[in-house]
Amino acid sequence: MAIWLDENSRIVVQGITGSEGTKHTRRMLASGAKVVAGVNARKAGQKVDDVPVFGTVADAIAQTGANVSVIFVPPRFTKDAAIEAVDAAIPLAVVITEGVPVHDTTEFFAYSKSKGTTRIIGPNCPGIASPGVSNAGIIPADITPGGRIGLVSKSGTLTYQMMYELREFGFSTCVGIGGDPVIGTTHIDALDAFQADPGTDAIVMIGEIGGDAEERAAAHIEAHVSKPVVGYVAGFTAPEGKTMGHAGAIVSGSSGTAQAKKEALEKAGVRVGKTPSETARLMADIMRSL
Amino acid sequence: MDLFEYQAKKLFAEHGVPVPTGKTATTPEEARAIATELGGKVVVKAQVKAGGRGKAGGVKVADGPDDAFAKATAILGMDIKGHTVHSVLVEEASNIAEEYYASFLLDRANRTFLAMASREGGMEIEEVAATNPEALARILIDPLTGVDAAKAREIAIAAKLPEAALDGATELLAKLWTVFVKSDATLVEVNPLILTGDGKVIALDGKVSLDENADFRHPENEAFVDVSAVDPLEQKAKEKGLNYVKLEGEVGIIGNGAGLVMSTLDVVTYAGEEFGGKRPANFLDIGGGASAEVMANGLSIILGDPAVKSVFVNIFGGITACDAVANGIIQALDIVGNVTTPLVVRLDGNNAEEGRRILAEANLPVVKPVDTMDGAAKLAAQLAAA
Repeated sequence: MAIWLDENSRIVVQGITGSEGTKHTRRMLASGAKVVAGVNARKAGQKVDDVPVFGTVADAIAQTGANVSVIFVPPRFTKDAAIEAVDAAIPLAVVITEGVPVHDTTEFFAYSKSKGTTRIIGPNCPGIASPGVSNAGIIPADITPGGRIGLVSKSGTLTYQMMYELREFGFSTCVGIGGDPVIGTTHIDALDAFQADPGTDAIVMIGEIGGDAEERAAAHIEAHVSKPVVGYVAGFTAPEGKTMGHAGAIVSGSSGTAQAKKEALEKAGVRVGKTPSETARLMADIMRSL
Repeated sequence: MDLFEYQAKKLFAEHGVPVPTGKTATTPEEARAIATELGGKVVVKAQVKAGGRGKAGGVKVADGPDDAFAKATAILGMDIKGHTVHSVLVEEASNIAEEYYASFLLDRANRTFLAMASREGGMEIEEVAATNPEALARILIDPLTGVDAAKAREIAIAAKLPEAALDGATELLAKLWTVFVKSDATLVEVNPLILTGDGKVIALDGKVSLDENADFRHPENEAFVDVSAVDPLEQKAKEKGLNYVKLEGEVGIIGNGAGLVMSTLDVVTYAGEEFGGKRPANFLDIGGGASAEVMANGLSIILGDPAVKSVFVNIFGGITACDAVANGIIQALDIVGNVTTPLVVRLDGNNAEEGRRILAEANLPVVKPVDTMDGAAKLAAQLAAA
């Protein structure tokens, strides 16, 4: 079992003809994911390897039954691509692109919310993987086999690190929600989905400095999540006012600090690791005790 | 990117938000000339990106040109919360009847935009929010419909602005929204927004933060960059397309992925506690690729920092294979040349064994491979203390 991405997922890649789009389409196919279509308005009728390219997402859905879109288009075109995916009412759109203006994201997220038919993951995220089942995005498919841990994270490489350290247990689904200030799917959305997923026994939640998403997730866990949750927060030593790589990772005054996030999580009963490896050990202990 | 007040006001003026007439000066002579041109009373305002300028003595009224010269002499070179004053804004003095507050900002929690406005202006808005929360109106803005005249009026009324200021404030707010949208700002703030003795509503101060992700559609933003404040190593890194932030420690950091690098800084700081408080010297995310060229660029920037006593290269091979990274490190050391600073390298993930084998075989004296992130952090801190 898994959340949002399973054996019935049929993937369309928006921006399939770009270098990143082509590269990762091949990687997704190699991992066994069903990539059934690509989209490029100017290259409809062509193929990338064996994947047919359509002019619009709506066409791709009509012809192939695609139900997940992965968006690789450059930042200046991302808003239009996301809106196109929403207009086609695709159930899941995963926006990989980094560097999308936050006004654009805020607008296409509001648009998706107003339509109510598309879940957006990202932008600036590695995507979502249900190991051994399907893979939508750029998460390496061979780090870990399938299993019963769910993972939700703001960071790509920390996700991979955690998958690697816990590969003996395996994962149901790993969701990279992205490091931007505004993102389509939050920690809370993923926590709820994992809580409801019979294939997930425990949850790893990785956060980082900036905003108060982790604090809100902590309050949510306390009230709504009964499965064990282990947390990690990156950026304890980040200086105030400096953006640390991710557009959303910035400490402003006393808000957004890693310490505040850790305290909120611990108060909610979440065990928080001091380092990624310690976090993995905490989760390993839980998995062994279940 | 945060703007100076004078830059914010320039943006305001371009979009029709009324601001006092004024110009910037970097010398007292220039301040005198501007005051002469403006005539009458002027205000001399320190241009620093910090709040509380007034309390710090960075804002002064001058009676005329000679007084403007004197006030500018006093303010230029001042230190305000660690920021040196390099320029002042000399503006015509306004006849202030009342002071209000208005802003538009990104509301991360609600994933939308937010308007805040208050009849209580001129003081820190955080203070108003804490001591008198009812005085601060917060209105969510639908990004799909934005702020038109009706919405602007709704905000002004919610802020309990007096009748005399309503029309002026409504017009100003609608234009301020245009500034917010057209310049891809994450914050536009006017504090105080004033009602003048003759019934006009104008922006007496301005604060703007711009979204750097939108720079591609704002080539004009380059003029806003405060060259004097940019760290030379950060500047060099930016030219090479690297994501580098200078910090105050001794352990140089190279990693792939923003989250992993942030985490590396933490792990090194913890490890450094054992060795007299050694800390990371920088944040550097070389991204997914980690080619020899990128590695060489990163290394040369880090080694250009004289404070760096050891380097920790922390790579998790996800898409990137660790054997390619290992070869990249070896070639990078060759490109940079004469590297004597020890390089603690931790490779994990995709093809890690092969990567470690390559490093072991190359047998370079400065390269110290360690298998775990925690162990590598400890060695890097220890070497920095040696």
